[in-house]
Amino acid sequence: MARIVLDGIAHSYLSEPRRPADWALKEINHTWEDGHAYALLGPSGCGKTTLLNLISGLLTPTKGRILFGEEDMTGLPPEARNIAQVFQFPVVYDTMSVFDNLAFPLRNRRVPEAEVKTRVAEMLDIIGLKDKARRKAAGLSADEKQKISLGRGLVRSDVAAILFDEPLTVIDPHLKWVLRSQLKHLHRRFGFTMIYVTHDQTEALTFADKVVVMYEGEVVQFGTPAELFERPRHTFVGYFIGSPGMNVLPAKVDGAEAMVGSHRIALEGSYGRPGNGAEIGVRPEFVRIAPAGEGVPVQIRGVEDVGRYRIVRTLLAGHELNAIAGEDEALPAEASALFDPGHVNVYVNSHLVEPEAR
Amino acid sequence: MDKPWNNKAWFLVLPVVVLVAFSAVIPLMTVVNYSVQDTFGQNVFFWAGTDWYEQTLASERFRDALVRNLVFSFLILAIEVPLGIAVALAMPRKGWGVSVCLVLMALPLLIPWNVVGTIWQVFGRIDIGLLGRVLADIGIDYNYTQEPIAAWATVIVMDVWHWTSLVVLLCYAGLVSIPDAYYQAARIDGASRWAVFRYIQLPKLKHVLLIAILLRFMDSFMIYTEPFVVTGGGPGNSTTFLSIDLVKMAIGQFDLGPAAAMSIVYFLIVLALSYVFYTVMTKTGADRPGGR
Amino acid sequence: MLELRDVIKEVGQETHIRGVSLALERGGLNVLLGPTRSGKTSLMRLMAGLDRPTSGDVLMDGKSIVGVPVQKRNVAMVYQQFINYPTLTVFENIASPLRVAGHDRKTIRSEVEKAAALLQLEPYLDRTPLELSGGQQQRTALARALVKNAELVLLDEPLANLDYKLREELRAELPKVFAESGTIFVYATTEPTEALLLGGNTATLAEGKVTQFGPTIEVFNRPDDLVTARTFSDPPLNTLPVSKKPEGFVTTDGTVIAPDREAAGLPQGEYVLAFRPHHLFLEAPGPAAVALRASVAISEITGSESFIHVDHAGERWVALAHGVRGIEVDSEITVFLDPERLFVFDRNGDIAASPALRHAA
Repeated sequence: MARIVLDGIAHSYLSEPRRPADWALKEINHTWEDGHAYALLGPSGCGKTTLLNLISGLLTPTKGRILFGEEDMTGLPPEARNIAQVFQFPVVYDTMSVFDNLAFPLRNRRVPEAEVKTRVAEMLDIIGLKDKARRKAAGLSADEKQKISLGRGLVRSDVAAILFDEPLTVIDPHLKWVLRSQLKHLHRRFGFTMIYVTHDQTEALTFADKVVVMYEGEVVQFGTPAELFERPRHTFVGYFIGSPGMNVLPAKVDGAEAMVGSHRIALEGSYGRPGNGAEIGVRPEFVRIAPAGEGVPVQIRGVEDVGRYRIVRTLLAGHELNAIAGEDEALPAEASALFDPGHVNVYVNSHLVEPEAR
Repeated sequence: MDKPWNNKAWFLVLPVVVLVAFSAVIPLMTVVNYSVQDTFGQNVFFWAGTDWYEQTLASERFRDALVRNLVFSFLILAIEVPLGIAVALAMPRKGWGVSVCLVLMALPLLIPWNVVGTIWQVFGRIDIGLLGRVLADIGIDYNYTQEPIAAWATVIVMDVWHWTSLVVLLCYAGLVSIPDAYYQAARIDGASRWAVFRYIQLPKLKHVLLIAILLRFMDSFMIYTEPFVVTGGGPGNSTTFLSIDLVKMAIGQFDLGPAAAMSIVYFLIVLALSYVFYTVMTKTGADRPGGR
Repeated sequence: MLELRDVIKEVGQETHIRGVSLALERGGLNVLLGPTRSGKTSLMRLMAGLDRPTSGDVLMDGKSIVGVPVQKRNVAMVYQQFINYPTLTVFENIASPLRVAGHDRKTIRSEVEKAAALLQLEPYLDRTPLELSGGQQQRTALARALVKNAELVLLDEPLANLDYKLREELRAELPKVFAESGTIFVYATTEPTEALLLGGNTATLAEGKVTQFGPTIEVFNRPDDLVTARTFSDPPLNTLPVSKKPEGFVTTDGTVIAPDREAAGLPQGEYVLAFRPHHLFLEAPGPAAVALRASVAISEITGSESFIHVDHAGERWVALAHGVRGIEVDSEITVFLDPERLFVFDRNGDIAASPALRHAA
């Protein structure tokens, strides 16, 4: 096991990339520390699967180097890299039994049969398929097949990292919880480096210690779930993470105040005068709907009750503003919105600005 | 999964039913009719019961031809199926090479049976044929009109040349439909080229192979035109297959009764063997998950 | 109105639908919520007329439509896969049902434009579907289903193949699309959250049976039985078996939970208490709160909230707490239940008492 270093890698599927748009993945420098759980989050087409396949060796980067520890892996094929990968659709060897499926990567590496037996038996126990060991893999359900794919990755003792490419796509919501918690559990038990690709923010944030958010072939932010939630560095991150996403309102920022239309919103810290292109970003979770007069006046356009909370869709000076109301909160007919100043971020040209003084 | 129902659809099937009746069922019934009677011409028939069947089954001539047929079909399947799979595996998956290969593969399939026979007949002649002449020049004693082995080799090579493409095209279609993730997973699992073939490609090819084997078996078991054109069933009786013998008997000797009985037996053998192939191949690992 | 009466569907040895009765009104959205293989697609095929029920009746406005071929019914369907005519432009794709129906050019143009505007497809009308993103392809399929002006539109997990954010966007737009028409919409999904966001009515399905049907939020807040409550819960529902004794609900480890108003009158016996993850608290929610010991299996953070998976007496629970909680795994913690927020199910799994709703709706 070792850390994985991406040294200036970039990838294009074209043989002669010319324009910036020809690159599926623009230059990335990044280090994956040993034993951590990471997520790669972004919309489809953002380059996250490309990045994953570069790490596993299914693709060779157009530029740059990939190091495992000190060793240069750039040109090596997947089988030489000690990487396991779980795909979106479960891959099982239909004609083999569950046992043989799990034994397959070991037998390919000429592990002695006695050791294969003990290791596979242990893995069957971990993934909870002990009683189906002799069954043909073809007849199993989607989640069981996905467990086999996972088990085939984990059964090898030599893996440096396990890569997941949207592994829960075909799994029912209830089973997603079960499988995800099993993954977490396995991560704690074995301490493999795990890299998990998904477009689903809940999966990414709950799975990972640190999340890489990607957009159009670039990394837009790398941080802990809490950082991504509270201090999105780019308005895209604010929009993409959170459901509904962050409210972004054009504003005139002056010192510790922002003006949205004619309404004054307090900021924490002073931002000077950033000029044109300034916006404030505030998450619906940090907007509270109060009776008129307490905050800036808003007009409620709709309320969606999703059970444990409600999404309140309002207009503030002509801009959409979403707020989250708890299940017990009463909503006034004449409403205003209160902003939590500590959670109002300032953006200029979509990028986060740090306050000059707090 | 059950189908939407619509009674009107049956009317659309009617022309096919009529056509099949005229082209298959009625001729078959005529043959059955002949097979239980004897005739000396002038449309005078005598009831013969199962005599012709007994005679056919007891006949050494029939059994020899049947053995030749079985050996021939066995050789054809043993050569064409592995060869077809191998060629399909070797074909490119993308780029301009794909269409070139597909066209090349389709070419032999476009040539009529009797033309194939004629081509090879000329090709193999020692006086003017390229193949025959070259073989003779390098000292191989090749003469398909004299040597049974040469005659068999010619017929088999000819059939392989003509029909392996069919197996190739079917297998190729099966191969390209395998999702990439399977190959990627196998590479990561450290699978050898052979393991990939054995555990991914072969299982996924099962259904197309079933079709290929059935088609090639039925076709090779009923081979007629090529040996008829090239060898005429000779030298001696060495390439006299059931179909050739049947024609000799029916048209040459005008023994309609025995020929009809032989046809029926022949037909039943093809049917039974095809059924056996089908059940054996679909039985292994039959559990396919059904969706709701 | 589309009505199903005691519909049973058997295929070979298997029973896919075990006696479903359901009445769907015109001009509304009806969600079929249930896990994979619970019978959602089977039910839709019966509604569409693609399959004939083994027994029972399907009626449209009181008239049986069993045996009427699907071509003669006015039905549109949208699938999980994006199904469009690949060689036709988006305009022609949307127009195709109108052309079949033999409308004139002007009507076709105006109808297509209306649907395209509703689904934000105007800039793409001249493109072919393969030049579009997944979300746009599915919008095209939706638009085609809409212009058909069908009596019944069936949507079989239409958003399942889309990105999370695209799903969110389309989900927000769909209720608007559904609102203004006399059509019956039926929408199948495996996701409870999706059902809640879509609103309308929901029928929960489990093993080929409709366990409950009613306004979506009503079914969520007042499930008739444990199966419905489980089906309609994401994260999964937490349960605790108890026996009712004179002193209250007693757990296996002897903790006493004082029953709330409705539950107080229940006869003694065995019950199952159920509570949603956001009603399993890490801090006492009030003086009446019941404290229970549990060991932490996993803790997950979504940025704004934490999911703490805990084990209590052989039951795995999920607690959903606000904020980022750094809780040590394998540690013993105290979790709290609010007696006023418990569902009580009897030994048959039927509801015995529901918690009162808090906010005025």
